[in-house]
Amino acid sequence: MNYKNVWNLGVKELRGLLRDPIMLVLIIYAFSLSIWTTSNAAPEALAKATISIVDEDQSHLSSRIASAFYLPYFLPPNMINTHEMDARMDAGEDTFALNIPPDFARDVLAGKAPAIQLNVDATRMSQAFTGSGYIQQIVSAEVAEYVAGQRAEVDLPVGLALRARYNPSLDPVWFGAITSVMQSITMLSLVLTGAALIREKEHGTVEHLLVMPVSAGEIMLSKIWSMGGVVLLASAFSLTVVVQGVMSVPIAGSLPLFLAGSMLMLFAMTAMGVYLATVAGTMPQFALLMMLVLLPLQVLSGALTPRESMPEIIQTLMLAAPNTHFVMMSQSILFRGAGIATVWPQFLALGIIGTVLFLFALRRFRGFLR
Amino acid sequence: MTGDRAPVATVRKLTLRYGDITALDDVTLDIPAGRMVGLIGPDGVGKSSLLSLLAGARVIQDGDVHVLGGDMRDAGHRRQAGPRIAYMPQGLGKNLYPTLSVQENLDFFGSLFGHDKAERARRSDDLLGATGMLPFRDRPAAKLSGGMKQKLGLCCALIHDPDFLILDEPTTGVDPLARRQFWDLIARISAERPQMSVITATAYMEEAADFDWLVAMNAGRVLAADTPGALLAQTRAKTLDDAFIALLPEEDRGEDATLVIPPYQGGNDEIAIEAEGLTRRFGDFTAVDNVSFRIRRGEIFGFLGSNGCGKTVTMKMLTGLLEPSEGHAKLFGHEVDASNIAVRRRVGFMSQSFSLYSELTVLQNLELHARLFSMEEAAIPARVQAMIDRFGLGDVTHSLPDDLPLGIRQRLSLAVAMIHGPEILILDEPTSGVDPVARNGFWRSLAELSRNDGVTIFVSTHFMNEAEWCDRISLMHAGHVMVTGTAKEIAASKGHDTLEAAFIEYLEEAIGEDEATPAPEAAAQALPEAVADAAPGAPSGFSLRRLLSYSQLEALQLRRDPIRLAMALIGSLLLMIVIGFGINMDVEDLSFAALDRDQTTASRDYIENIAGSRYFIEKPPLTGYDDLDAQMRAGRISLAIEIPPGFASDIARGRDVAVGAWYDGAAPQRANTVQGYVQGMHADWIQRHMREAFGAAALAGDFQLITRYRYNPDVVSIIAIVPAVIPILLLVIPAMLTTLSVARERELGSIINFYVTPVTRVEFLIGKQLPYIAIGMLNFFLMFVMARILFGVPFSGSLTAFTLAALVYVTATTALGFLVSVFIASQVAALFATALLTLIPAVSYSGLIDPVASLAGFGRVIGTIYPTTWFITVARGAFSKSFGLAEMIQPMLAMGLAVPVILVTAMLFLKKQAR
Repeated sequence: MNYKNVWNLGVKELRGLLRDPIMLVLIIYAFSLSIWTTSNAAPEALAKATISIVDEDQSHLSSRIASAFYLPYFLPPNMINTHEMDARMDAGEDTFALNIPPDFARDVLAGKAPAIQLNVDATRMSQAFTGSGYIQQIVSAEVAEYVAGQRAEVDLPVGLALRARYNPSLDPVWFGAITSVMQSITMLSLVLTGAALIREKEHGTVEHLLVMPVSAGEIMLSKIWSMGGVVLLASAFSLTVVVQGVMSVPIAGSLPLFLAGSMLMLFAMTAMGVYLATVAGTMPQFALLMMLVLLPLQVLSGALTPRESMPEIIQTLMLAAPNTHFVMMSQSILFRGAGIATVWPQFLALGIIGTVLFLFALRRFRGFLR
Repeated sequence: MTGDRAPVATVRKLTLRYGDITALDDVTLDIPAGRMVGLIGPDGVGKSSLLSLLAGARVIQDGDVHVLGGDMRDAGHRRQAGPRIAYMPQGLGKNLYPTLSVQENLDFFGSLFGHDKAERARRSDDLLGATGMLPFRDRPAAKLSGGMKQKLGLCCALIHDPDFLILDEPTTGVDPLARRQFWDLIARISAERPQMSVITATAYMEEAADFDWLVAMNAGRVLAADTPGALLAQTRAKTLDDAFIALLPEEDRGEDATLVIPPYQGGNDEIAIEAEGLTRRFGDFTAVDNVSFRIRRGEIFGFLGSNGCGKTVTMKMLTGLLEPSEGHAKLFGHEVDASNIAVRRRVGFMSQSFSLYSELTVLQNLELHARLFSMEEAAIPARVQAMIDRFGLGDVTHSLPDDLPLGIRQRLSLAVAMIHGPEILILDEPTSGVDPVARNGFWRSLAELSRNDGVTIFVSTHFMNEAEWCDRISLMHAGHVMVTGTAKEIAASKGHDTLEAAFIEYLEEAIGEDEATPAPEAAAQALPEAVADAAPGAPSGFSLRRLLSYSQLEALQLRRDPIRLAMALIGSLLLMIVIGFGINMDVEDLSFAALDRDQTTASRDYIENIAGSRYFIEKPPLTGYDDLDAQMRAGRISLAIEIPPGFASDIARGRDVAVGAWYDGAAPQRANTVQGYVQGMHADWIQRHMREAFGAAALAGDFQLITRYRYNPDVVSIIAIVPAVIPILLLVIPAMLTTLSVARERELGSIINFYVTPVTRVEFLIGKQLPYIAIGMLNFFLMFVMARILFGVPFSGSLTAFTLAALVYVTATTALGFLVSVFIASQVAALFATALLTLIPAVSYSGLIDPVASLAGFGRVIGTIYPTTWFITVARGAFSKSFGLAEMIQPMLAMGLAVPVILVTAMLFLKKQAR
């Protein structure tokens, strides 16, 4: 192994990247604007839910309830009749339909505890659960105010002190920003290395390299360090300037530790990029392959939704993917301030997966050059 | 032949520009009918542009082109004349479909011209017989040799008996025998069909000499147009090469028209390169068979042969790029060993494709190569400067290679190959595509290196005149070396004057031994039959056969491309699993641990209450706050419950007491859910406790809210997500596949068949669409089955109606892909554009998460017209809301309306000509 060759070829890759405006724009976009937009696009718990009200009571109380639904949580309610209700819900026009029965106000005052019906379109998961909670609170508040002073409250004798750690106000931007940095690292490490190799293949320069005193391992390592280095730098910039600076999202743990872990991740992902490029051969094929590989890696790694809620078999399978360990490691370090004593198993796993992927890719790459 | 017939084509003041580059500059020309017209000139002078304009494949910018008596600007005339013109574009097999077999290619072209099955079989048998291709009819076009590809291209061009045959460099890179056979074939066909006119571009001056009429072109202009004899007489030159150079403006002629290389001085018997019994097999195929030769130091040794005869493979074995299957290769007496990097330092290599880094400047290219050869850092600048001076690159040191003319790029390649001062130079077809003047200059450099510096040069070529400049040559064919010697010796060995004639004789001998070629008489007999048929009638407005032939073509190509096929067949299933399980809003089996400082029945009951729910799994109890911190930091627990000391006794005495709950807020969505669960379970526990203490009346409220979760009573996210995933995947994947199907044709060049054959836009698009609709429907059923079985989503509606709606939807989504591809030429850009243009509206504006009714402004408009909105309603309705046909009619109409709108827009923007 001649490290000077690895260095010189890597510098050549960097020069090539400098002359590729599309890739440069992609890198800059992925680590700045994209992080800002995706984390701000993360939906609040409930926004602009559609609700209809069937008011069979037509009392002062029922109209107070109807006027208690407003933006940003709910769109102004549609006042409809019982017949319309089913049709509108079938067509997906309403997520909620609240049915206030006749004589509701009178029965409330009489202490009869009348029933009020809430229909929820439970195929709209995102709104169904939280929305019914909100509606319960809103209706309760209106009713309580209406009957204020008439009944004594029963005290809850046991309190519950709930404290969210690491993100006390549960701000979705914190989570979104750091998650999208992780997503960008995964995507770019694959795309940059794969594209660099395919570009050489298409120009016929890989073959040319091999008649020079350069080995396949050197060619591969040069792509790995240069493209991995670009992604590492970009992510460090993104975390300090964009995430901590512009978006004021705090980072709990040590940035150098995270970057050290990212290096292992980049080693594994760039090796995978080389492997996929040898399978695809041409850019369009590579782009197609990318969609079949990248999406499962991103979605099933536990970055977006917790691993615990995935089926056992998927959890086990995904242990073979570098992303899973990377996500665990990053969440521990960046969100929860974990140190190396906590995250060493992930470092170890990334190192092993990276080495295996590198050896696979190297074998495949040698064959690819023949 | 009669010279006074009306010209087959007239060109007046024709100018064509690509951006800043002028390809054709005010060209005026009459092309005589019924003759063999040759277009000569180096690469990049506008020959191909002129031919594509004549064929009607390109839009005329400025000037007039009349072909077969009509204006080629007029689409009506093009439609009429199209079937009478045959156009074979430049590049080996450019208009062929590489994964299709010979027969399938011919069938496709035949059916484009309206031939039925029997007619196609008869014509293709005749043409394949006449060209000697019958034994190869089942071989994929990609696996044919260069000569055979060109013959197949010709067969495809001739299948409809054209009156005007336009051939763009049909014989470049083809061996001389195949070349002669090719021209014989054309001559026989012309003899049978005297009304047929032929125009052909060529880089070989020796073949141009046999044409009836020549047009010499340079820099977008016509230099001269006359018979070959008249051109020679006019320039007083002996050969057409020289005549052409004489016709050039003075400043373009180069130093000296004729190149003389001093003869090789013998006396040096050191062997630089030695091959002994070299053999290389790829599977069953033997690319190089028992090749032996010795090259002395300082000699220029040439390999002459057609494309694919084994020249490149032999060179690769000599450089250690390929391991020989048998035999030895030695450089300076040392066995070539792929891992022996020291030997590589003594060798310089220059391959066909001018291996330069287009993203590095001339200087950077030279420096990089110097470093890779581990030259002393201090010595590099001087050496680089020496190379720049020697090869005349002083003016362009900071330019990028792509901005340089081919001739200079070639000199740069040579400089790069020479940077480390190698003793052996291996050059694989270094001059393909370079004009005669630059070629002369290049060989002058080679001669200097050999004679002055003693560099051994091993070069391959398919040009006869270059072979004659070598000290010795080997003639190669099909992996064999047929003969080795000086050009004169070889010519004399067969009693010919020229190398070419001798080569052809050697080829004929070799082919007679191993390849079945029909006797010329058989070919001659078969041919008249093939061409005697009357041309089919003028193309009708719409032809189902042409449409279906594009469908079949698309299906065949898809079947033979593993990655696209995988995307088409398992892509949606894979992604459905990923999304179905991955985007899961149920939060279950979260791990929690308790810090129980009370250790009473009451505290254990409280913890049991949480551990017993389906949402939480209990981990071993915590030992203290440090343990709590450590566990939570490592992500091993997402909730910790602390029960304070004296919990039970405080409750009993009615004193205020609070349970502590810490939860991981890092992922806010999950944290929200956890918070909700904990509050709910806490309230639940208190209620139970109070009921035990005070009786049922204790907790009566003002009213009861009865919540009915409709359509999905258990509120399981799979039931909500999976039916909505089907519309998304049926949008993205089919749209990407159809986008690729058009973008691929553009990028690979086979779109030319759409430009020059009678296929209409409707036939082209709908023909391509049909297989993808079929695949979309297959995917629909597979996803449906998976939703029912793997995900266990109950289905309550009408499957028939749902299927019908899916058909309408898939028709719309496949059409959408065409609409994107019409605007974007490159495959990669088209893919990304499709992904963006389909995913964003589908995910954000189609009611997947927020109902369209909650959207405002632009998003609302998109959501209302986008077909996905309607199909998500249908899918959710069919699965969960017992939709039948009646409920689906309205969404189906809305989606159905999108189909013609999208298709017609795509057709309006899809041009029948290149720009």
